[in-house]
Amino acid sequence: MKDVEMKMLERAKQLLESGEVARVIGWKKGEFFYDPTPASFETVDELKDFVYDWFCGANLSKYLIQMSKKEGKTAVFLKPCDTYSFNQLVKEHRIKRENVYVIAVECLAKLNIEAIKEKTDGIVKSVDVEDKDVKVVTTNGEYTLYKPEVVLSKCAVCNKTHQAKDEEIILHERPERDVNRFEEVEKLEAMTEDERFAFWKGQLSKCIRCNACRNVCPACSCVKCVFDNPHSGIAAKANDSEFEEQLFHVIRAFHVAGRCTDCGECSRVCPQHIPLHLLNRKFIKDIDGLYGEFQAGETDEGKTPLTSYTEGDIEPKDVFNGEAK
Amino acid sequence: MTNENLIPKVGVITDIRKDTPDVKTFRVVGTDGKKLFEHMPGQCAMVSVPGVGECMFSITSSPTNKEFMEFSIKKCGCVTEVLHAMEVGQQITVRGPYGKNFPVEEDFKGKDLLFIAGGIGLAPLRSVINYVRHYRENYGKVVIVYGARSKDDLVDIEEIKTEWMNEPNTEVYLTIDRPQDDWDGHVGFVPAYVKELGLNPNMTAVLCGPPIMIKFTLAGLLELGFEKSNVFTTLELRMKCGIGKCGRCNVGDKFVCKDGPVFRMTELDELPNEY
Amino acid sequence: MFKIAKERLNELYSKIAENMPLFMPIKKAGQVNYGAYEAGVETSVETLKTVKSPKDLFFPQSENMMKFKTEGKNIEVIDIRSEKDAFVLFGVRACDYKAIDVLDKVFLADPVDTYYQSRREASVIVTLACSKVEESCFCKVFGIDATAPQGDVTTWMDEGYMYWQANTEKGENLTAIVKELLDNGGETEVKAQQEATKAVIDELPFSNLDLSKFKPENLNELFNAQEWEEMSEACLGCGTCTFVCPTCQCFDVRDFKTNEGIIRYRCWDSCMYSDFTLMAHGNSRTTQMQRFRQRFMHKLVYYPSQNGGLYSCVGCGRCVNKCPQHLNIVKVIKTLGGKDND
Repeated sequence: MKDVEMKMLERAKQLLESGEVARVIGWKKGEFFYDPTPASFETVDELKDFVYDWFCGANLSKYLIQMSKKEGKTAVFLKPCDTYSFNQLVKEHRIKRENVYVIAVECLAKLNIEAIKEKTDGIVKSVDVEDKDVKVVTTNGEYTLYKPEVVLSKCAVCNKTHQAKDEEIILHERPERDVNRFEEVEKLEAMTEDERFAFWKGQLSKCIRCNACRNVCPACSCVKCVFDNPHSGIAAKANDSEFEEQLFHVIRAFHVAGRCTDCGECSRVCPQHIPLHLLNRKFIKDIDGLYGEFQAGETDEGKTPLTSYTEGDIEPKDVFNGEAK
Repeated sequence: MTNENLIPKVGVITDIRKDTPDVKTFRVVGTDGKKLFEHMPGQCAMVSVPGVGECMFSITSSPTNKEFMEFSIKKCGCVTEVLHAMEVGQQITVRGPYGKNFPVEEDFKGKDLLFIAGGIGLAPLRSVINYVRHYRENYGKVVIVYGARSKDDLVDIEEIKTEWMNEPNTEVYLTIDRPQDDWDGHVGFVPAYVKELGLNPNMTAVLCGPPIMIKFTLAGLLELGFEKSNVFTTLELRMKCGIGKCGRCNVGDKFVCKDGPVFRMTELDELPNEY
Repeated sequence: MFKIAKERLNELYSKIAENMPLFMPIKKAGQVNYGAYEAGVETSVETLKTVKSPKDLFFPQSENMMKFKTEGKNIEVIDIRSEKDAFVLFGVRACDYKAIDVLDKVFLADPVDTYYQSRREASVIVTLACSKVEESCFCKVFGIDATAPQGDVTTWMDEGYMYWQANTEKGENLTAIVKELLDNGGETEVKAQQEATKAVIDELPFSNLDLSKFKPENLNELFNAQEWEEMSEACLGCGTCTFVCPTCQCFDVRDFKTNEGIIRYRCWDSCMYSDFTLMAHGNSRTTQMQRFRQRFMHKLVYYPSQNGGLYSCVGCGRCVNKCPQHLNIVKVIKTLGGKDND
């Protein structure tokens, strides 16, 4: 990881010094070693805080909606999963593509500090990764954790590869992974209706309606969200009942269906650890089943199953009859 | 200590006067026909249409009116739109009074007073002007400068013409932004007019109107030699509770609902510029 | 001082709950928040930081305030407030307890907010001293002693026992209810634990933050600081920090039409939201930088200026842990707080 970081830093310096770009979007050091913050760097001097490590989980693509409208080109570091969001935003005309310089970077999964803390005792002092081993040193001792158990939920089943066009690439080859990202969805599908309802009721009743999931979501790029619009009749800031939160999340999942790239930011940012990505993944699975395999954000052009019609499309009644399973 | 439950009283609209194309003045009493509560000039009330929302409005009528309260309301949002569609006899809810009033019993006493208003900015000033008229002997000369976009946008023009203009030791200057066929009065923006008038800088001034008008008029007054500590204005920010708790109208270490809406210009100077 | 073996804590909780509702850290769907103690729940009093603070026991996230019935041109206003029965709030940490003080200064200031007041007066608060702390904790900066919280009853916990000490009349009454479960003793153990914990707290990375610059007289200088732009750059404008914060108290009031009439309710709101200050004719804060600045200026400058220097941050560190992009008040303090932060 360190060598990738050095290469990125070097490239950022060159791009800023040559004036080829006006700013570089990346991550900067936080208060600890595990809490980097997305940041834009406009001078070489500012790059002293630049960091790229096992904790740079944030998807930077959404920041480009604003940044690409600024004066001058913006260079951005995108992880494989982030490139899908980027493509989708370009496709939806949210990003001015010509103003963006994409640098694709290696990612061998990102770690989840909360999961690490849960599995260790004491104050975490350092974390090192050696293949599948995550070595953690705390004030109470040393621990070796199994990496797949302490990565962000979005990384656990990721097999995404870089998709942005005209990109520059800084990465090592990553071996193909044999993962089934629908495994958790299948478990939910296997439940009885009552069990499933109880599961989601339990999860969604934790929601505090902070809107972090919506605000971080690259597919939620409406200038004015319907839930914030006083004229929509459904504007709301908090639940009147637990059930309303369920509607909020279900409506949001519907709205991003077919456009959600499964970037997993919703689950990463949820302060209550609600597995929101499973709602989206269920839609992805259903769309795959109904219209043939489709991955949003794989390209930055072309039609998508839910926004185009072909004669072979499944009839709505068949969807309701459950034939789509 | 007082208890506040944020539960309003029911008010009945007994009269609606159309002042301008987008301003109506609503006369309100309680369900018993009496005035809902007492207030001082410059104070506000939360008026609501249940199911639509609740908003803060300045009480336009003078406290010396013991029969009813009046609110001059410009149509510009959800609640005001519904209010404008109402008929006499309709009930609404009212709670208050909230906020600090103009220092009519302190700083203003014995002083020559200058009132400068733009458009709907006359609403809070009407209360204090009529209060001063009621206790006329307590105050010196009164000068009123009032401007609006057009002749039709001058609020309360009837009262101004028939009453204020005939008040002893009172001067009223009206102006509109652009010339109009049936207008033979002054044409021009308020700030420029104030400078033209060459007003006596020893007066205590009260400004109310759109922020841009306040900004330029204040500059004009300072040029004329007015002291900032003798200039007052009112602020308007989003409010939900009216009692300094919901956090919405916070500017610096002040809450407009509680510490305002009336501010001395020197107080505003100490606040961050975010209103 | 009294003590009770840890394995008997469920008996203690049951005994309290037999007498009055008991709210305490409960694990539900993997997360620990304050909830009602009842049969079958998974208690988690040792959780250092519940996701939400206990503030919603006094100031619920959503609360009905009154009802309206309308008929023709007429309106009937229905007061739906009711007397609140006494309840026990158990396991409150020192930072969260101090936060209630911060909330009191807002809601109990003249004029008193009766909705908050009724719950506040009905509460019996049992605090729990911290023995294990986290690197994101910085209550010491605000003069809080995590090892000696106040409240009606203070408790401490070690490997084997919970220790119990009543501080007020309400606390004595609660002690009487559970007396049969308690034994005498614990002074030595508590003292030893306090000293050990304090030594750890002294070494925490944020324990010596310098707040010296956050004074009313620096209000405009801080407000106009150039650094706000950079500090707020990554802010998503979500309400996470606000809603997990034990002292944030801004609310919205809204009407809701139902078949039984119109309900006016209030709910938590966030100054981080773009419509917070939106009016029909404009918005006093149009950028996220302004909204971000408001939140921290309020906690570190505006509130103290209104309340005799009391900061409206208690150093609980929830925002440090929960901000999706890792922005937080510590970064603001380090950037603008004073030269000892360098």
